[in-house]
Amino acid sequence: MKTIATLGAVALAVSSLSHAAELDITVQNLTQGIYFTPLLISAHPSDASFYKLGEMASGELQAMAEGGDISGLMSIADGMSANSSANPAEGMLAPSTTVMTSLSTDSANTHLSLMAMLLPTNDGFVGLDSWEIPSEAGTYHFYLNGYDAGTEANDEMITGGGAPGAAGIPKDPAGKQGMNATGVTDMETNMMIHVHRGNLGDDMMDGGKSDLNNTVHRWLNPVAKVTVTVN
Amino acid sequence: MFMSAKKLSTLLILASLGLSACSDDDEPMTMMPPDPDPVMISYDVTVTNLTHAHPLSPLAVILHQNDGFWAIGEMASPELEMLAESGDNSQLIAMADAMVSASGTGLIMPGNSETVSITIEDVDDANLTIASMLANTNDGFTGLNGLALGELAIGGSWSGVGFVYDAGTEANTEAMGSIVGPADGGEGFSEIRDDVNYVAMHPGIVSMDDGLSTSVLTQAHRFDNPAMKVVITRTE
Repeated sequence: MKTIATLGAVALAVSSLSHAAELDITVQNLTQGIYFTPLLISAHPSDASFYKLGEMASGELQAMAEGGDISGLMSIADGMSANSSANPAEGMLAPSTTVMTSLSTDSANTHLSLMAMLLPTNDGFVGLDSWEIPSEAGTYHFYLNGYDAGTEANDEMITGGGAPGAAGIPKDPAGKQGMNATGVTDMETNMMIHVHRGNLGDDMMDGGKSDLNNTVHRWLNPVAKVTVTVN
Repeated sequence: MFMSAKKLSTLLILASLGLSACSDDDEPMTMMPPDPDPVMISYDVTVTNLTHAHPLSPLAVILHQNDGFWAIGEMASPELEMLAESGDNSQLIAMADAMVSASGTGLIMPGNSETVSITIEDVDDANLTIASMLANTNDGFTGLNGLALGELAIGGSWSGVGFVYDAGTEANTEAMGSIVGPADGGEGFSEIRDDVNYVAMHPGIVSMDDGLSTSVLTQAHRFDNPAMKVVITRTE
């Protein structure tokens, strides 16, 4: 992750590594055609996390990645005594739109994580795992990639299936999907959380392998830009 | 840290006022504040094409003080649309917000580089915008948008990369006759807007080899981020 820091003129006097902070957080969906389902943004202790790349997804992360349901992750956040902003966009964050939220963090909550499902995908999500909140006041920018929870085959069939373990994609909020696809694959070989290989799509509105449109529903990383202002 | 020309001239005026206030003879005042020589600030902008098979259209290099020339989620200007659909940078570099502009001399082929020099008078904290079309796309372009140069000292360099954006002004049909680059030789600019009508990150091209049967593009035209490397050096 590349972090570009624009440092404020006045550095805060910091007596210890742990400190409370007032954060303004902006999340920008950079994609042309992929929605973010309700976001969960949490500041939490350094020894806690919601997911790790290369590890298996929790059931709660799976529920978010397959169906956009963050209630389980919110319970995890509460268990960590995290400071969270849940669903700041009050629904979907549409392609190329931006949401801003503020977070007051307790001194123990030194790291920031963020998650939302990428829709339409089978189990893709935009994620940030445990970014250390800088102690110095300033504005920080970074970019996020799309990940695959590794919990569901990327069949790219829009079936309404959003419950954990149910095959298929819930929907395309923009309604640009096709129908009657035979399915891209029925296997998920890598069951660990990994970088999403992207949607394949096809050029058939009826039939074909995929219900997704290959000129509408693909993306390249990064998928999000995050700006954090430490006040 | 370099003093701006404005501050410098203010100091010179104050200094000369100070001199005249101290002089109590009757000689006519002959010492005038010198007209300060303009301070020239120059940059070399070197762009390297990192794609496999997309000529980059002639670079638009712009120094300005507004935020930039596009924004994710906002409608592309007609001038940007012209660059992104046809590779013609002439309208973009002539925009009113451009304080100084320079153009590349021609296409930058894959693997090749070009250095464009640009000079501005008395402004050492300009923003830099670079834009160039990926020629074998419908309306894809790479660039840097409003990079602040104020902290770049003489001799200092900044290096980075450019992502690929989609102007959102032309659907990515990849169809014969719709792409201006050598893969097609088709139409460049069209004022018809038949796409999302906002600028976004480019989703990539599909190609005939990856499931778009009506595409003139092949696997060779696929790309990923980033598409260009940029090195900016302040030379004076």
